[in-house]
Amino acid sequence: MISAVCFACALMVILPLALVLLRLVRMGASSIDWAFLTQLQKPEGEPGGGMANAIVGSLILMGLAALIGVPVGVLGGIYLSEYASNRLKWSVRFAADILNGTPSIVWGIVVYALVVVPMKGASAYAGGLALGLIMIPLVIRTTEEMLALVPNSYREAALALGVSKWKTIVFIVLKTAGKGIITGVLLACSRVAGETAPLLFTTSGNQFWSRRLSDPIASLPRQIYTFAIGPYDDQHRQAWAGALILILLVLSINIGVRIITREGSAKPVK
Amino acid sequence: MAMMVLALVVILGLELCRGAGLSLRVFGWRFLGLSHWNPVNNDFGPLPCIVGTFVSSLLGLAIALPLSLATAVYLTELAPGWARRPVITLIEMLASVPSVILGLWGMYVLLPWLAAGPYPVLKRCLGFLPFFQGPVGGGYCVLSAAIMIAIMIVPIITSISREVFRSIPDTQREAAFALGATRWEATRLAVVKSSTRGIFGAAMLGLGRALGETMAVTMVIGNTHGFSASLLAPGSTLASTIASEFDEAVGSLYPSVLYEMGLVLLLVTIVTNILARLLLGAVRGRQHA
Amino acid sequence: MTQPSQPSVTAQPPASAPAPHERSAPAAPGVTFDVQGLNAWFAANQVLSDISLQVQPKAVTAIIGPSGCGKSTFLRTLNRMHELVPGARVEGRILLFGQDLYACDVDPTLVRRRVGMVFQKSNPFPAMSIADNVTAGLKLNGVRQRTVLRERLEQTLRMAALWDEVKDRLSANALSLSGGQQQRLCIARALAIEPEVLLMDEPASALDPLATAKIEELILELRRQFTIVIVTHNMQQASRVSDFTAFLYLGKLIEADHTKQIFTNPRIKQTEDYVTGRFG
Repeated sequence: MISAVCFACALMVILPLALVLLRLVRMGASSIDWAFLTQLQKPEGEPGGGMANAIVGSLILMGLAALIGVPVGVLGGIYLSEYASNRLKWSVRFAADILNGTPSIVWGIVVYALVVVPMKGASAYAGGLALGLIMIPLVIRTTEEMLALVPNSYREAALALGVSKWKTIVFIVLKTAGKGIITGVLLACSRVAGETAPLLFTTSGNQFWSRRLSDPIASLPRQIYTFAIGPYDDQHRQAWAGALILILLVLSINIGVRIITREGSAKPVK
Repeated sequence: MAMMVLALVVILGLELCRGAGLSLRVFGWRFLGLSHWNPVNNDFGPLPCIVGTFVSSLLGLAIALPLSLATAVYLTELAPGWARRPVITLIEMLASVPSVILGLWGMYVLLPWLAAGPYPVLKRCLGFLPFFQGPVGGGYCVLSAAIMIAIMIVPIITSISREVFRSIPDTQREAAFALGATRWEATRLAVVKSSTRGIFGAAMLGLGRALGETMAVTMVIGNTHGFSASLLAPGSTLASTIASEFDEAVGSLYPSVLYEMGLVLLLVTIVTNILARLLLGAVRGRQHA
Repeated sequence: MTQPSQPSVTAQPPASAPAPHERSAPAAPGVTFDVQGLNAWFAANQVLSDISLQVQPKAVTAIIGPSGCGKSTFLRTLNRMHELVPGARVEGRILLFGQDLYACDVDPTLVRRRVGMVFQKSNPFPAMSIADNVTAGLKLNGVRQRTVLRERLEQTLRMAALWDEVKDRLSANALSLSGGQQQRLCIARALAIEPEVLLMDEPASALDPLATAKIEELILELRRQFTIVIVTHNMQQASRVSDFTAFLYLGKLIEADHTKQIFTNPRIKQTEDYVTGRFG
């Protein structure tokens, strides 16, 4: 009886996912065509056109975010796990938790004040920075956790061979934890790929191709939002199509990562 | 690099304070108690947004918490081995669905359905309460926002409470079984009872997410300022107000007010996160040891 | 030293410890390690107090004592691994062929290159093949020539009595080996960087009797070329493989002498009690 209730709750929890995915496939698949993938959006209200620039824009923003978030996050995680004193560890972890819990919309307005105002305009840089800043605490925590999983005996084994500390970290510790860290980085990328709130004011959208990174840039999540709250049916149709592409991007990263880690855990580890 | 994290927290706070400076000077903190919102006359009262934020988040939490706990209990204690992996995977997938996509689905699928069926029924049955009065309209209302929030925070609460339940040693379950407890009694006695702290922690973490949830809420809450006791009336939250008005905030006071609201939002989420951390610290520590 | 009647391993129980000025005397010639007045702490907790001991070259010195007596810590001070633990501290002098390991201009990584170590639990690098594990130390210390690596690989695997068992699968993952083989792989890995001394921290305690026998055989073989210091809680093992034995109790060196002497005719009552199994 109780078991059945709990089972029903589990089903209820999964239900929205199923409904969302079903609807996305139904509405999106019929709308994705060659034009959608290769063309720019048509002027307001005119049907047709596509989201090519938003798709590319999203990838560019993800790249910029990774450029900021991955080095800072991984190096920070290494520092935390391998070098920092306990006191410092505690405070940095605490700070990372605060950053992690900070609503992404707050990042949006902070980067607006930091970058958009001084640069006198929204840009891919600003959007990438906002996403990168969101990535940093995510990457720091996974890196640190993965490094903590590396048994100390491996470090000692290398150090006992007269290998210097940084070489031990780079060639032994990172090599051992590499898969886990890459997983964490990819998950952070996929998380950031769907972020909309921080892009609202930092990239300000763009109907055309962006020529420079200092130009405003279009992105999938932002385009979906704009089209969703827009008045035209054809825009709604395209919002569904864009959403399908975005979720395919996010889920493929997620599932890909799962496959990698499963292979990893299948290895005999004593 | 690790220092950067500390620096970032400082920058985050400083920039918000700088942005909010003007508003803080003009209104001070008494601003939080103001409730009129008319940007044209420089009337800014965020109280309805603050109330809206808490009402929608707590309501969302109230919906999400029992579902999450039941799911977590199912996954750790009851589910047959083969069922666990797929369910966990699906819940993790739900967690990875971007907020804007849930919002899109909410706007075009969930709301029309709610407005056509459940909401009128609610009104008919419970309409004598002040919470369920007024026109249903398109379904853009605080209750819809709470439902979106619930969907968004279920995965995190589920996964944290799973962690909490799993940290309870099997010997405790066995002890309960040895007393002649049934499976459910053993679960309640040995698992749920001794995880109260952890469950509160999980709820707090979920609340932190809920308070800051922006896109899905903005898309379904209707974004109007003002008080209404009815959950079926449109409203707004701190995050949704910033999201929907920051672009059109002209002058210097209006954006500054939005920065101050951002600051309030940040402080509130920091407090909930610290609480969550304190509550969960013991559980996490046990796992790492 | 103060007690010339003692054979090559010298130990002073705290009661008869030499005066401080004698302690920093130059190392006795021909001694591998000359430990003088060594103290070690974990934070505020003193785990070794005033240990003085000489370790003879081309011989096996066993460190015995009940668990928690500081034998592992002592071993880890010999290649400066002790200080890796946060809050750990060392005082005193350890001379390796006359050079103070704790002098301020000594790089601990260079010390560890000269003093190899094998751990209680075998710890091959999991992401590497058997061959890569053996040559890891060489590669990370800058040796690049293929022929040299290849040569050292075979040579050290032979020394570790592992060559015949793995020569056909050198590129297999190191974790595919059995526990005993893994431990011998770790010994080969330590030997590959041509250390002057080999430290072994209970190298056989996690192994079954057969694998243990192989490791012990190996130790007797390696004794011809290396100075070996081995920590063990197994007194039979100490008596089987070692030439000298030092008995540690509660962080103090109680007695050190020829192994035969320690096990048949110890001078100190505590030692006798321990080796005859009356406590510990």
